[in-house]
Amino acid sequence: MNGEDSVATGRSSAFVVTAKKRKIQQITRKIGESALFLVAATVAIIVIFIFFFVARDAVPFFEIRGFREFFTSSDWYPADDPPRFGAWAIIYGSLMVTAGSALIAVPMGIAAAICLSDVIPFSVRQYVKPVIEMLAAIPSVAFGFFALVILAPLLQNYGGPILMWTWWIIASPFLLLAVIVLSELVSMSIQDDKHRKIAQRMYVSFFGLIALILLFFVGNNLQKIEIMTGTNALNVSIILSFMALPTIVSVSEDALQAVGRDLREGSYALGATRAETIIKIILPAASSGILAAVILGIMRSLGETMVVWMASGNASHIPDPWFNYLESVRTLTATIAGDMGEADQVTGSARFHVLFAMGLLLLVISFISNFISERIVVRQRKILSGQ
Amino acid sequence: MKLFKKIVYSAAVFGLVASADAMAAGNKIVMDGSTTVGPIAKAFASHFTKTTGVQVTVSESGSGNGAKSLINKTCDIANMSRPMKDNEIAAAKGKGVNPVENVVALDGLAMAVHPSNRVNNLSKAQIRSIYMGRFTNWSQVGGPNAPIVMIQRESNSGTQDSFKELVMGKDNPISQRTETQASNGAIKSRVASTPNAIGFIGLGFVDNSVKALLVDGVDPDVRTVKNGTYPLHRPLFMYTNGQPTGVVKQFIDLSKTAEGKRIISEIGFVNYH
Repeated sequence: MNGEDSVATGRSSAFVVTAKKRKIQQITRKIGESALFLVAATVAIIVIFIFFFVARDAVPFFEIRGFREFFTSSDWYPADDPPRFGAWAIIYGSLMVTAGSALIAVPMGIAAAICLSDVIPFSVRQYVKPVIEMLAAIPSVAFGFFALVILAPLLQNYGGPILMWTWWIIASPFLLLAVIVLSELVSMSIQDDKHRKIAQRMYVSFFGLIALILLFFVGNNLQKIEIMTGTNALNVSIILSFMALPTIVSVSEDALQAVGRDLREGSYALGATRAETIIKIILPAASSGILAAVILGIMRSLGETMVVWMASGNASHIPDPWFNYLESVRTLTATIAGDMGEADQVTGSARFHVLFAMGLLLLVISFISNFISERIVVRQRKILSGQ
Repeated sequence: MKLFKKIVYSAAVFGLVASADAMAAGNKIVMDGSTTVGPIAKAFASHFTKTTGVQVTVSESGSGNGAKSLINKTCDIANMSRPMKDNEIAAAKGKGVNPVENVVALDGLAMAVHPSNRVNNLSKAQIRSIYMGRFTNWSQVGGPNAPIVMIQRESNSGTQDSFKELVMGKDNPISQRTETQASNGAIKSRVASTPNAIGFIGLGFVDNSVKALLVDGVDPDVRTVKNGTYPLHRPLFMYTNGQPTGVVKQFIDLSKTAEGKRIISEIGFVNYH
């Protein structure tokens, strides 16, 4: 009976609050709330201040030189007399390496996230995920050093074979799938079972031969390519994709995990296979989170400076042809880093302000993509909740 | 109260340390600037500290940054591989700084290529055409049939300015296809690992990993730079605020002593005095 007693007394002391105590509680709550508000507000104010100060130093550039030259010309001679500030090639270089890294990192990252969340056993995942997240802990200058000292000479010396093997490894599974699907589709119209099987085999060997020829033909041509310079857009795209991968994998995996068991088990209960469940149920349900992951990863590539400065070659021209990833490019971030030392307020003002114009451009791009991703996430949530 | 005391004590201690630091300032030299002059400055610094006990800090951030530091009075000596520009001098005067140039050594600008490159000699006009993007293949200058990869320095580099002045001339812009590296060492390592590359580095940086070309038929070495027959040569400066005095003067005058001359030629540069 002792236990009951103590519960009763505990209750009474918990519920009877003196006026003084209540006042203290109120005050501490107010203090806590305002402290938290202050922290949150500080973060918001910092963002606004950064935007304001960057814009303040960027505007004079456009006042002096106008918009046209900056966005349309690719003559970047800031140190010449008279200087020319055509940044189009530099903007293009930034977009190019970002797109290249996204092209590598997004499919790989999403595939890895699916694998982690729905394919491999939980016990393995416990070890694999931290290892992938370790990639994010490597400082970017180490990546840059690797790109400059190891990857660049590798690309120069074995560029052709590397490209060929990459093509084979990526293309062969897709071509195999295409051959099987195509021969199924073509032979579908044949009614007789026995004939259809024979026809299918013939089609498989026919399409297979074409696929093999394609594989070898393209591979052979790729092998002949000599990469002139290893510090090029391809090198940087590869390294940037490594840097974006942990973000994409980790955030998408969280999104996939958040889908929950009920949807998965409901799908299995209806007789869907694991592949069907992943493609038709889990991916659509997690798509907003995955999109957020992708945009975060792309922002990482766009804003990265050290790696691109060290390994992109920093040649401010648009590659010829425009999609040639084997030529050097120069990016906005690398230009800001490289030119900042020379462009002091003391000397040449347009030269100084143009770097802030570039910074403002980067800020605007990331704001816009953040805004878009936010919109998509909101819309997706509405669709999923059935509104 | 305890916390308050602690703060007061630590502030007092900090203040003491800071003032002691300020008192030592007369016994300390801060240098900033060119990565080309850097090796001379560092070798001088270690010798100087050993013989006189004066602490010397050397930063290498490019000639432009060196000038900036001198103008902003954050260094005692600005190492520069090019003379100060008019606008820099004007900016310095505006801030009450009177930059005085002191030549400490001479340097040749070596045109470096990969050791496997067949080309041994280029004329100044050929180099200009290569960097303007008119010649894009080594076969146009007597080499193998391979595209030329040009490498230059960032715009804050005095070596870059010297190259533009000595080779390119005023109205010939360097091709946009030219790659950019941030230091002499970075250019050397890029050239050493890229068979088709050409780059320019200070004479002191040339070693076995790259091949220095003859320019107009003249080998870049100490003798040809000193007597001026090698076309791509330039003086190296240490700029000071006003005529150097005290330890700073002692430091700069090191280049006139036998020991200083030995150091300069040991690291591959050419004596001026």
